[in-house]
This record gives sequence, C-alpha cells and structure tokens, in this order.
Amino acid sequence: MSQVITDKNGVKRYLITLSVNGDAHTVLVKGNAILVNVLREELNLTGTKKGCELGDCGSCTVLLDGKPVDSCMILAVEADGREITTIEGVAANGKLDIIQESMINHAAVQCGYCTPGMVLSAKALLTKNPHPSEVEVREAIAGNLCRCTGYVHIVEAVLAASRGEIAPADQH
Amino acid sequence: MYMPDFEYHAPKTLAEACTLLAELGGKATVLAGGTDVLHKMKVGKLSPEHLVSLKHLDEIREIRYQEGRGVVLGAITSHNAIYTSKLLQERFLSLPMAAHTMASNQICNMGTLGGNIVNGVPSADLPPILIALGATIRLVSTRGERSMALEDFFFGSAETVIAPGEILADITIPDQETTGSTYMKFGLRRSGALAVTGVAVSVTVAGDTLREARIVLASAAPTVMRARAAEDFLRGKKISDELLAEAGELAAAASRPRDSIRGSAEYRRNLVGVLTKRALRKSIDEGHV
Repeated sequence: MSQVITDKNGVKRYLITLSVNGDAHTVLVKGNAILVNVLREELNLTGTKKGCELGDCGSCTVLLDGKPVDSCMILAVEADGREITTIEGVAANGKLDIIQESMINHAAVQCGYCTPGMVLSAKALLTKNPHPSEVEVREAIAGNLCRCTGYVHIVEAVLAASRGEIAPADQH
Repeated sequence: MYMPDFEYHAPKTLAEACTLLAELGGKATVLAGGTDVLHKMKVGKLSPEHLVSLKHLDEIREIRYQEGRGVVLGAITSHNAIYTSKLLQERFLSLPMAAHTMASNQICNMGTLGGNIVNGVPSADLPPILIALGATIRLVSTRGERSMALEDFFFGSAETVIAPGEILADITIPDQETTGSTYMKFGLRRSGALAVTGVAVSVTVAGDTLREARIVLASAAPTVMRARAAEDFLRGKKISDELLAEAGELAAAASRPRDSIRGSAEYRRNLVGVLTKRALRKSIDEGHV
C-alpha cells in the first residue's frame, strides 16, 4: 500500500496517488476521506457534485478505470493508483465533447446539478457502445437523477451525439 | 456527510486478510464494494475501529468454470462483471439478468456478489437465484475453511452464520440438470428499486412433465426462503397453467412477509403467488433467462 504517515496523536494518513484526467496527484488523506471530497476540496475539481452522498442520486458520478461509479461511496485510499475521469476531463483543449454540445443544443440542462454525472454516464456508454438504443441510453443514465427536465431532452441529446449530431432533429 | 474514523488495512492476499481479521477480532469490518458498509457508516449504523479492504484480492475476483465443480464466482466479483460474463450468459443467463436489474450502473460497478450475500438482507436480489441454482459458498479463516449450501447461510434479517474472522471467498454454481431458471422482481420503479417482492425459480422439465422445481422468495419473509410445499406439490406433475397457479398459491401461503414502506404484507403475499406462477412459466418455456 501507499506510504503511511502517523502523527504525534497516532492518527494515520496515507500518501496516495490519484490519476485524475491524466494528471497524477499525490495527496495525503485520512482513511475515512471520501473520494468526492478529495476531488472537490484537495484538487479543487468542483465539477463533481454532491447530492445525496449515499449512492442514490449519481450527481457525484466519475469514471474509475473508465466505469461510472458514485464517488461519494468510495474511500479515497481505495482509489489509490486508479484512473479517474471527472467532468473537467471530458472537454479537450477547450473544446466541449459532442455530448456536452448536444446537451446544450437540446436544452437538456436546466439547473445543471445532475449534468456532470449525466455527461460522464453518457460518455462511458458511448465509449463502450457507440450506437446505443434509446433503452440502452435510459439504462445507462438510470443512476443519475434529474429533477428538472424529465429526461426526454437528455435522452434525445445523447442519442443525437451517438449519431454525430449536436442539434435537435427539428432544427435540421 | 460525517464519516467516522477507523484504521484502514488493505492486505495483499486472502491468507493475509484472514490473519489480520483473526488479530483484530470483532473490531474489524470487511470492506468490499463499500455500497453497504460505507452507507451504514455514513448513516451512523456502523462504526468499526478497523476496515479490512479486499480490493487487492484478485484471487477472489474472477468468474471461471472448474471441471467437476461448476461455475466458481469470486466473492468480490462486481454485479456488472456478472452481468457481462460470457460464461454466465451462456450457462445461466438468469444470474446476469438478476445482477443487471438490481441497481444503477454505478452501484453495479461498485457492489460485489459477496457483499450482496453477506449483508444478509431479505431483499437482496442475487441470493434467491443462486439458491434456485443450488449454489454453495466457501468461507475461509485462519481456522481453515468450510463450505455450505447458500440457503443454509441465512437465519434472520441481516443475520448469517458467518463468524468473526471469516471471509466469504467464493460461490459455486454446480453442474446441474435444470432446464430453466429466472428471477422475477417487482420494484416500485423500473430501475434502482429494492424488491417489494422477488421470486427466483429453477425447473427441470422432461417432455410435458415438471420433474423438479425450486422456488425461492425474496422480501417475503425475514430471510430469503424456499417455498418447499410448492416445490413438493410440483414434483413429477404434468405442466399446465392451473398447476403453476396452484403452486403460486402454495408459495404465497408459505410466505411470511411484513408490512413496510415498500408494500403491505397482504400485497406482498399476493405478489408471491403471481410472480411464482409467471416465473415458473417463463423458465419452463424459455430456459435460463
């Protein structure tokens, strides 16, 4: 395991390395540090949101070795050495991902709180399955709760992105 | 959200994990996927002095076929690893489907088969179909190992026979003659919902005769339970809709559901009858689905 540092009160801290969006970050954390808090507070990656903090709502979704997980239910020490993608790592060189462009153009964002997690779940789906059915899209985002839009625009946006389109069909 | 303090351990081997658990005694809790343990710690139901993580134990992460034994599933296999396993999809698709429908994609990437079993709650989705398929489990500790039928593991809600210091290592689905199996769950939503009630069945069909059936109920009693009266009733009978409906009524009569926020006892008992009848029909007609 990673290096352990014990302070004069006997509290143990762990020197872990998180590979986040391609950059290696070495951080010192207590055993009970939760991944979402380390991402937000230590690495200042506040795009990952905290909602229920109990693994129900999906607003804290990140990709761990390419797979969507709830970062509120993972100890930071458990993510030592793993590849993490947060919403900050989805756009490349200042250019939004096609899923993000498509969600903007489909008005699939209202309050925006679920959006980072929603984009990451969609990103993982399209990476694995570039041409999903509507059912597959709905299943992929079933762990991301949106209380604003009712999912219709979100599903349309992801399906459009899978076809390489970013504008809604009725604007063609 | 508050998270209690604890000391974290991540042993490199199963043997090392057993030694550590033996040393720490009742002060330690085993951490696998974290979806139950960390949840309990966050809501204040659990506050162990030590967490022993199984994350490095690749030896209990794989799904493989072992000649003469059957399909062996490591305890820290994730639900999505079960869902996407070609081996399981070809032999017992009913298990991947049960793993797929149990929770969100995120939770299915995190949660483990062993956790779903050891947690011991009657609404767990994997034990019923595994018991229907006659699964056995292997528990290991510094004192050695013991194997048992999965159905003998549970004796109350969240109460199991696992002893302090023991780790669930793997689950085996033996080679068998069954011709079909399925798990039917009724939840309040299509996805991410706990079972109001679920029914798993396996059947052995020969021509128009039901030679053998197993019926296992989730969220219908304080523990996952077999509906033995219904199984005995079906043995060797000629298959008909009336027969399956009668088996459903026997299963419902044997169930001991409770009233809860997800459904009344009366509603659940009715569901047991309906789901048993439908699950039997589906597995007779469609095989392992």
